[in-house]
Order: sequence, then structure tokens, then C-alpha cells
Amino acid sequence: MATQTLPATRRTGKAGSTIFLKTLMAVTGIIFILFVLAHMYGNLKLFSGERSFNTYAEHLRTIGEPMLPRRGLLTILEVVLGLSLILHVYSAVALWRRANEARPQKYAVKKAVSQSLSSKTMRWGGLFLLLFVIWHLLQFTIVKFNVGSGGGAFQHNPFQLTVHAFQVWWLTLLYILAMIALGFHLHHGVWSAAQTLGWTTTPRARRIAKTAGLVIALVVAIGFILPPLFILFGVIK
Amino acid sequence: MNLTLKIWRQNDAADAGRLVDYPVEGITEDMSFLEMLDVLNEQLQARGEEPVAFDSDCREGICGMCSLMINGEAHGPEVTTTCQLHMRSFKDGETITIEPWRASAFPIIRDLVVDRSAFDRIIQAGGYISVNTGAAPEANNIQVPKVAADRAFDTATCIGCGACAAACPNASAMLFLGAKVTHLGELPQGQAERSPRVVNMLNQHDAEGFGGCTNIGECATACPKEIPLDVISQLNKDFRTAKKYAG
Repeated sequence: MATQTLPATRRTGKAGSTIFLKTLMAVTGIIFILFVLAHMYGNLKLFSGERSFNTYAEHLRTIGEPMLPRRGLLTILEVVLGLSLILHVYSAVALWRRANEARPQKYAVKKAVSQSLSSKTMRWGGLFLLLFVIWHLLQFTIVKFNVGSGGGAFQHNPFQLTVHAFQVWWLTLLYILAMIALGFHLHHGVWSAAQTLGWTTTPRARRIAKTAGLVIALVVAIGFILPPLFILFGVIK
Repeated sequence: MNLTLKIWRQNDAADAGRLVDYPVEGITEDMSFLEMLDVLNEQLQARGEEPVAFDSDCREGICGMCSLMINGEAHGPEVTTTCQLHMRSFKDGETITIEPWRASAFPIIRDLVVDRSAFDRIIQAGGYISVNTGAAPEANNIQVPKVAADRAFDTATCIGCGACAAACPNASAMLFLGAKVTHLGELPQGQAERSPRVVNMLNQHDAEGFGGCTNIGECATACPKEIPLDVISQLNKDFRTAKKYAG
């Protein structure tokens, strides 16, 4: 029996393909990696006291003046991060749906031979992080409410707003859990982005990317967890 | 050895299918996994039952025809094809679950046999080089660096069995795709069609209904030919840098 000649390839184009979606995910992911590193650095300034932290927070609003208006750079960053979030979630949902359609019937027995815990929790962990980001923005940026006593009294004092927020044990716990989830997400995400962008075409590059994922995950998670913990136990006040 | 087999039975694509228990006796450790299934089928035929349909051809581990998800692992617990897997890898009295590859791009024909012509169509979309027929050219006219030749050869060992797509949690065939793209992309003869190749093959991959890669690594572990994960990175790179007119 002769092999049938293929009809003209369906042209989905580059933009509709799975690798385009993966690339979108990787590029926006790298923007988030840079952001969380900068955010973590800013948070560590809580250790240097109220004045230092508040000066830093004010400086974020005046960077680039007079070339840029007040909050100019901050607004640009917010737009970039907002768009990145939409594209990151869009590509995740699209790929998740394709994966489900690609295997409608599951295996009765399926062994996970080489999956890391972080790679298995990317999707549900990512969803948790999305909910956390919404909560976090409402709490510290958009509404600036306080779950403890004295709510709304520190609208213009970022240091006091933060210190009062983490007097509440369950809030601190929520943030710690979210940062552990972020660490897991970064552990697989950093390596996965490097692989998707074609940076890991040798075994050595693969080892480096995996190590970078572990290091960035640990640095970011620990760097974020330290200030709330020190506030809860009264070291920062 | 006495074993209990839980085997997926399905009459055709329309049938819902189910796992059926079969006890088998008199298996020796030196039998291959497929010979063990041959013994079962002989026993089934002697009882007047329908034998279990499964794919096999060379039984030497080089053709890529055999498949089978054995206890949740593609080609079973060893790094080889199912035909080269021996019963010494199992324990007496063990229960072994045997399922077909599961992916919407690999529709089940019967029992453990799936239709893998999706892979043939991906190859037809670009997994080749166009050469004029005639006398073979002088081999030393085109020089190939040793490193490139080695990588091309290593990736050319892909036998297209489908274990990567079967093992992938996303049912993605990108290890297969990456192996083909890397194999031809490393060689001088593969350069002319390099851009359209990667775009056309990926389009066909997506059109067949395979999922997207999330860099988990199950494929490379399942691959009986040990194709490494870095071919997927090569695929991504080639796709990103492919010329715009390609496709």
C-alpha cells in the first residue's frame, strides 16, 4: 500500500502555535522574575527602619523626575506588569486547555518518573498565586486596608501599614504560604523559561538553568518571608 | 512465574473499553514482555477467546513498532523498548497493568493497538531533505564537524515509537519533533529547508492535536533511545529564529 501524500499543511502560522504560547509565557515570566527580585530587595529595606523604608517608597514615586511626572516610572511598570500578567495567564489557560484536549482519557495507572514537585504544581500553584496577587494588591496598593486594628490609619505611611498588617498571625501565615508557592513556581519556571527560549541546547546549559531556578527560588522565597516573620515576632516595629 | 495482567480491551474506536484481569502461568524470566503476551494469547486461543491485539514487528528494539504503557511507564521500567524488556524485570506474583498509548492524536484501533500515523504526517510536513536522485556524491565533499555529526546521529536514533507523547502529562510530541529538527538541523544538507521545516512540522504537530510542552522531562525518561531534553530547547530556538516567510 502506497503512503498517501499529505494535503497542504494547515497553516496555523507562527502566532497560533504551541511554541508561540510557550514563548509568551517565558518572556512574561522573566519580566516577573526581575520584578520579584526588585520587590524583594525593597522589602528587605524594612530591616533598616521606618525612615529609610519610607524614603525608599517615596523615591519609587519620584524616580526620573523632572523628565518623568510623579509616579511616572511606577505607572509604566504597572502597565507592563499588568499586560504581562494578562498574557501569562492567557497562555497558561490556552496550553492547559490544549493539554486536556490532547489526552481526553487518562491512564488507569501512570507513574511520575522524573517530575519534580514544582513542575507538577505549576498550574494549581499558579492559580493560587493569581488569587494571592489580587488579595495583595487590594491590601497594600488599591484599597490599603488593614485586617488588624487601626485599619486605614496608615494610608501615607508604608512602613506602619506593613508593620500593622503582619501583627495578624493568619495574614503572616497566608503570605508565607504564598511565598512558598512562589518559590515552587520559580523553581520550575526559571528552568522552563530558559528551555523555551532555546538557551539550554547542551547538557551543561541545562544543569546551569536548573541550578539557577533553585537559587532564584530560594533567594526570592526566603527574602520575602523574612520581613513578615520578623514583624510578627516583634523584631521590626 | 505466575502473574496477574490487567489489560485494556477495546473492540474498536467506538467501544468504551475496559481493563480485564488475566492470570498467566508458566512464564520464565528469560521471556521478553511480548513473548509473555504471546503465551497469554495462546492460552486465550486455546480457550476460544479473542487474543489481545498489540503491535510488534522487529522485536530487536530498532523498528519502533511496539508500544504499551506498562504499570504506568512507557515501554515499562527499563530504558528500552517493550520487545527488549524481559520478565526478569518483574516479580513473581506481580500484578501488571497494560494500557495503550493515550493521546487524542493516537486513536485506539483495537485493544493495545493505536494509530500512530500522526507521526508519519509530521514527518511528511518537513522531516526530510530534498535531494535529486542520481549517483551518490563524494562523501568527503561536504565536511561535517565531529560534534555536529555526533549530535545528528544521536538524535537520528529516534524510532518514532511515540513513548514521549504517551508519557508526557500534556500528551505533547515535542521530543519527537525536537529529535527530527535537531537531527536534520545539525547537518549541512538540512540547512536549505531549515526554516520551513520547523514551522511546518510544528503546525502539523499542533493540528494533530498534541499538547504543548511544559518542560517536565517525562518524555526524555521514557524514551527508549535516550533522546535528551535539550532537543526541545533546540526546537524552540529554531522555531523562534525561523525566517518569517517560512510555512
